[in-house]
Amino acid sequence: MIVFEKPKSLTDAPLHYCPGCTHGIVHRLVAQAIDELGIEGRTIGIAPVGCSVMAYDYFACDMVEASHGRAPAVATGIKRADPSKIVFTYQGDGDLASIGTAETVHSATRNENITVIFINNAIYGMTGGQMAPTSLPGQVTQTSPYGRDPKLCGYPVKVCEMLAQLEGPEYLERVAVNNVKNIKKAQAAIKKAFENQINNKGFSLVEVISSCPTNWGMTPQEALKWIDDNMIPYYPLGVYKDRSNEEEK
Amino acid sequence: MTDKVLMKGNEAIAEAAIKAGCRHYFGYPITPQTEIAAYMAKRMPKIGGTFLQAESELAAINMVYGVSSTGKRVMTSSSSPGIALKSEGLSYLAGADLPAFVVNVQRGGPGLGGIQPSQSDYFQATKAGGHGDFRMIVLAPASVQEMADLTIKGFELADKYRMTSMILADGTMGQMMEPVEIKDNTEIKTVDKPWAVTGTGCKREHNIINSLYLKPDELEKGNFERFEKYKKVEENETMYEEFMMDDAEICVVAFGIAARVSQNAIVEAREQGIKAGMIRPITLWPFPKKPLLAAADRVKKFISVELSMGQMIEDIELAIRCKKPVELCNRTGGMIPSPEEVLAKIKEANGGNN
Repeated sequence: MIVFEKPKSLTDAPLHYCPGCTHGIVHRLVAQAIDELGIEGRTIGIAPVGCSVMAYDYFACDMVEASHGRAPAVATGIKRADPSKIVFTYQGDGDLASIGTAETVHSATRNENITVIFINNAIYGMTGGQMAPTSLPGQVTQTSPYGRDPKLCGYPVKVCEMLAQLEGPEYLERVAVNNVKNIKKAQAAIKKAFENQINNKGFSLVEVISSCPTNWGMTPQEALKWIDDNMIPYYPLGVYKDRSNEEEK
Repeated sequence: MTDKVLMKGNEAIAEAAIKAGCRHYFGYPITPQTEIAAYMAKRMPKIGGTFLQAESELAAINMVYGVSSTGKRVMTSSSSPGIALKSEGLSYLAGADLPAFVVNVQRGGPGLGGIQPSQSDYFQATKAGGHGDFRMIVLAPASVQEMADLTIKGFELADKYRMTSMILADGTMGQMMEPVEIKDNTEIKTVDKPWAVTGTGCKREHNIINSLYLKPDELEKGNFERFEKYKKVEENETMYEEFMMDDAEICVVAFGIAARVSQNAIVEAREQGIKAGMIRPITLWPFPKKPLLAAADRVKKFISVELSMGQMIEDIELAIRCKKPVELCNRTGGMIPSPEEVLAKIKEANGGNN
């Protein structure tokens, strides 16, 4: 018999996310990894500014709310203060790939021994659907009402590809959570990103292609399909860097 | 007890911070305070501490936020334009009631300004450290010894009140060398921090470090409580020094290097038969309002001596409730008034009221 249970590393607080939003799935995957690795008592999480700003209420471990984009700097401080703690950030695309780009790149190049969970849903959710650094060319948002024109506002930032150019980071993988098969892969990647930290391997980032039906103006089902049809072709899934594999070669 | 050693002001801050139990320093290079970073870069690895040159001042202050969240003593230092970049973090530290120790070795502004001494971040430090309702304890050393002593005091006050304390020095204080004696760390006061994020150990509810309160009544309540705390700081922690004030008719008000220059001018004025004295604020916030108001009944005039276009002068006028005239004696842009300039102003103030 399989009994479905809530991970211990999630609190009982009801999530505030919109129907069909995939934040809930990713929260669960993170909490499951923490449970399975038995690290709840020594884990400290950093919440961003964005839709997941109140993640500090949902994760049962000690939590810190950072200012917009600075979660990797806050995580650096915490990890340097006590390297025995397991420190993760949970950040959206505006937080990690726009206002916090410098903190992302530099924590990666320093190979800070932290775990970064990066939610890429190609839009600013909390402020009501503005263009994100990861919005696709042609994507209509509140601040790109005629579709994102790369001539005017540049091209989307491909975070895994960009960070893979650095010598620093240990592990970079892009996953998606739009179907069971992809969720299973995401689960394994997130767990690995925590295991790397436990084993002192260094900076591990998992980019999770996610949906935002509310601000994409779609039903939850349409949004999951849009990930397959539009997001994944632009943001191919897979491992972009894994130093443990490099060493084996 | 330790022996007296000859040190630069910036180095005295760094060594005193280490003596105060600070093992984490984050900074970004900027003149004229880089000696602090250089000192920490040498010392921290030898004593099991962290020195990290951050990618920006924004990152540095947020690394401070991270360490402080864990309950450990931590600091950053910068100079005027860099402090402006840290103001986001200073506001978040205040909103989350986190202790922090920050040093501003001021240079001339606005903009990129210059690299010579200045006191023109007085408003920024005492009134506008960042967005929102909050205060920082602002300490103004006037000697290398005070750079060290106020650093240790700064860490203690930050922990005691869970807020940022800032050393507001200037390029002269940072660069000049004087003999200094730094207290042994056995004398340092520490406090328990049950609020810190240290891992629940699966033994307690999770601690949350946060400055977000979406319900306005909760945010208001937090702000009211924080200002009750600030009231206690005003009552208990105001520091100042009086010099020749017993029979003074002209009261100079000055801090930092301006106070050092003014002291020479006052001695000379006394020799010429002018009853001048000085009230030197050591805390700029809380501002020594009471001694100034008391002096307002005795003196003819006040003179605010500042390395700015006149910022502290507004606090003097408020403190004395405009009972007596307040003159401004100032240089700015990196210029320092000479004792002769201050003396001339004292003479003018004295004569003008005869």
